[in-house]
Amino acid sequence: MLKIEDLRVNYGYIQAIDGISFEVPEGKIVTLLGNNGAGKSTTLMSISGLVEKAGGTITFDGQNITRMRPEKIVHLGIAHVPEGRRIFPSLTVYENLVTGTLGNKKLTKKRQQELLEEQLVLFPRLRERLKQVGGSLSGGEQQMLAIARGLMMDPKMIMLDEPSLGLAPIVVEEIFDLIVRIREMGKTVLLIEQNASMALAIADYGYVLVNGVIHIEGSSKELLANDEVKKAYLGA
Amino acid sequence: MSKIKAFVGKHRSLMLTAALVFAIVFPLFGFKKSMVRIFCRILMYFTLAGSLNITNGYSGQTSLGHAGFYCIGAYVMAILTTRFQISFWPVLLLSGIGAAVAGLIISVPTLRLKGIYLSIITLGASEVIRIIALNWEGVTGGSFGIKDIPRPTFFGFTFDSPLKFYYLFLGVAVIFLLISYRLIHSRVGRSWMSIRENELAAKSLGVRTAPAKMMNFAYGAFWAGIIGGIYAVYVQYIDSAVFSLDEGFNIMSMIIIGGQGTLIGPIVGSIVVNGLTELLRPIGVWRFVMYAALIIVMMWFRPQGLMGESNSILAGAKIKMRKAGKTGGKKEAIS
Repeated sequence: MLKIEDLRVNYGYIQAIDGISFEVPEGKIVTLLGNNGAGKSTTLMSISGLVEKAGGTITFDGQNITRMRPEKIVHLGIAHVPEGRRIFPSLTVYENLVTGTLGNKKLTKKRQQELLEEQLVLFPRLRERLKQVGGSLSGGEQQMLAIARGLMMDPKMIMLDEPSLGLAPIVVEEIFDLIVRIREMGKTVLLIEQNASMALAIADYGYVLVNGVIHIEGSSKELLANDEVKKAYLGA
Repeated sequence: MSKIKAFVGKHRSLMLTAALVFAIVFPLFGFKKSMVRIFCRILMYFTLAGSLNITNGYSGQTSLGHAGFYCIGAYVMAILTTRFQISFWPVLLLSGIGAAVAGLIISVPTLRLKGIYLSIITLGASEVIRIIALNWEGVTGGSFGIKDIPRPTFFGFTFDSPLKFYYLFLGVAVIFLLISYRLIHSRVGRSWMSIRENELAAKSLGVRTAPAKMMNFAYGAFWAGIIGGIYAVYVQYIDSAVFSLDEGFNIMSMIIIGGQGTLIGPIVGSIVVNGLTELLRPIGVWRFVMYAALIIVMMWFRPQGLMGESNSILAGAKIKMRKAGKTGGKKEAIS
């Protein structure tokens, strides 16, 4: 579904991404692992068109999206849930969710209603908080809101940037269960994580990014069994 | 207290209609002309502050240059009606469009600027506009200004008294409110607010932030231009000194006191600031010290402004407005 070939991104003189290639097959959860500064978030931002690319090609559903503008990419069906949640703190939960539909102009009023109902079924806690402003939610609820807001544009693929960031382990588990349910709904998921053991527990396939290059790749089982991964990321 | 709040929240359109009827009827009870002039000022500044609130309050682009757009509107009106004898109504539209174009011109190079940097540029732009008005003598009359600006007429009816102008200002204020209300609750308004809240998130959701910001600036400037145009025919004489930075800050103090990002805030801000101006007239220039003190006290106790998100009585109306979708029931309405 998503294919990345020889992607390169520079920040000034620094090469943040140095020629990586990977694929995200339809209906799977693929995870991109790596430490701080490995280039994970930059990879996501270059897919969604938020940063300039120095080279390489990105293809989605057979279309070259390398030089597309962010709103076009959203329109094609890629939702990006940015790192640090970035919900709209002084808008209500309801308004946050509705704002999620702005990028997809194909949505009819009726479809928007259905999508809203879908999110509220998936995230029942948001239904209780519909009238509250986003800033008053707990960290976990804010993360749920950020994911739900991304799903409101009815994407084919959703990219999650560190959904476990700063959350209590029990909340992280809840969120990861939800990610599995999102895949069951037929969406493709590209998940970025530092929490490798949690990510590999739900992912189908994984890539390990080190200093802007892909260091190891394989199915989740292979990665979980890999000695190097164990030592560096699983703390075994 | 909470009962009153719930009542205001529940019967919002009723309350608004009542307020409008009150605004239409009460000046007829034989106020002195000087008093009616104060009412005119309040309504005029309401639209002016409201239009600044569109940029500062809804898209979070802190502009300090509103006096500049106001200035352009006034000069467009003054020049076209005195030199070319064009009638008031088409020129009024041109006043708005002129200011909107200036807004666009300023917004394009500043798209990437945020916060204080944007504020400084808009502040500079406002001064540039005023200084051009002061020095381009051939067109603007320089420091002599433009006098004898003709009164507007409407099918043989001439606006020649403060009371008649009161209704003109009221009409413009109502039109401004209605259009802005619709706009803010549309896709456009939602994209403005998403930019204010978090620009990167807005982009990642596919909001086209550049055109949204440009349109926001132009729309706010348009209404400042309209008010400038009416101001010119109301006082019949303009010169550049009126459109100083002080005026810009005066307008801004109204939205800070009233509450940014609410439609009702500028009304309250305009009433409070203009009311204080009259009350404090006896103490002369010391009243500016009072404004400063008031703004500091506001920042301390109510940084969101009198009408901001709060538990005050009038905020009851706001909560209803923000809710839009009803919980409890099965359907969540998308507005």
